[in-house]
Amino acid sequence: MRAADIRSGGGWQGLASVLLFIGLWQIGAAFADSRLLPGPGAVLNSLIGEARNGALFYHLGITLARVAVSFIIAMVIGTALGMALGLWRALDRWLNPWLVILLNVPALVVIILTYIWLGLVETALLVAVALNKIPNVAVTLREGARALDRDYAEMAQIYRLGPWTTLQDIIIPQLAPYLLAAARNGLALIWKIVLVVELLGRSNGVGFQLQSYFQLFDVPRVLAYAASFVACVLLIEFLIFAPFERRIDVWRR
Amino acid sequence: MTIRILIRQKVFPAWADAPARHVFDHFSLELAEGEICAVVGPSGIGKSSLLQIIAGLDRDFDGSVEGCPQTIGYLFQSPRLLPWRTVRQNLEIVIPDRPEKASAWLAQVGLAGAEDVYPQRLSLGMARRASLARALAVEPELLLLDEPFSALDEATARGMQILVAEQVRRLRATTILVTHHWHEAAALADRVITLDGAPARIVADRPIRPARAAE
Repeated sequence: MRAADIRSGGGWQGLASVLLFIGLWQIGAAFADSRLLPGPGAVLNSLIGEARNGALFYHLGITLARVAVSFIIAMVIGTALGMALGLWRALDRWLNPWLVILLNVPALVVIILTYIWLGLVETALLVAVALNKIPNVAVTLREGARALDRDYAEMAQIYRLGPWTTLQDIIIPQLAPYLLAAARNGLALIWKIVLVVELLGRSNGVGFQLQSYFQLFDVPRVLAYAASFVACVLLIEFLIFAPFERRIDVWRR
Repeated sequence: MTIRILIRQKVFPAWADAPARHVFDHFSLELAEGEICAVVGPSGIGKSSLLQIIAGLDRDFDGSVEGCPQTIGYLFQSPRLLPWRTVRQNLEIVIPDRPEKASAWLAQVGLAGAEDVYPQRLSLGMARRASLARALAVEPELLLLDEPFSALDEATARGMQILVAEQVRRLRATTILVTHHWHEAAALADRVITLDGAPARIVADRPIRPARAAE
């Protein structure tokens, strides 16, 4: 399944470019000959070591759970907010300035303030991450809601499709590309922010581990955690987003 | 039940360069149950607007529509098929309690074999027929046809006319056909109403039953 997805995504060039990257990395590491730039082999060894002692799965699991929960919170609230803004002009006029402010407040400020106000707790992490992401989702879905076609709404009204069918068969298919864009950008943004939030105020998770190994200048382990996390995100892309995209695109000629 | 339409006032608001325009002013029309009524008149006079008012899609007017049935079939000018659903699914969605009938309706309009195609693959003529099948599938008490033959080549339009005539007579629903062609109106309707002027008035209201009886 995965191999097929990679092929459909970029052909053999995709795989070749990854191998090329690893090759260049190896050459660079050999030239530098420094413990600050370990080669792929050293990173793989660290990865195996962390996996063997269980630390990798423990911290990776915790981080992924945080990403999942805050992703869901941000998508649900952001979608609802974006729809409301797209459908009601008056509300949009009121809330648009807030949205612009929230979009541009540095993530770090939001994180620090939520930790100060809520304490160094799990809730603070989820709130901080969601607050960082909600404006992006809302802005994307606001465009989606504005693009909803009145013709289909009238058709639904004439044939009395009812609210559930209208949502499922008329509104969601029109919003699907916007939902996908928000979800993709969302995941990319959220996992980066989760690591920062962990680094600043949690005592577990990938962000915390990166912080610890940073202090030890243990670059192979830093890269091992980064690589394992990137691998997870790629898996999500190929197993969830790409099939979803093919499904919503099936009707396009 | 007779449908009584009274439009005391309907104004199109000013838009871009066009000033506000009175479309209807003290306009009234009665349709007997089962009547097939054609509405002819020049483009932009308010024929489609009249259908929208009758269907309840446009409530921004001063007046009333009484006796309008619950079940309406509406053949819009553009087919308005959902592009992300197959032709069959487009029908099933309007008849959730009897989805198995979708194929039979598609066969009625000559679309057997195109059930599992997405609407983007259909020609305009085929899409109109699918849209007609959808309008018929709900077994409407009121059927609204908004220029069902426009923008079709002659042969396709002719085929569509025959199809609509057949189905409309079989259905026995109150039907309003909007068109700008007299011959289309005459071929199909019991009664032809001609609109003209601004605001639109009925300038002619003729029964054409004798022609139908002679067929």
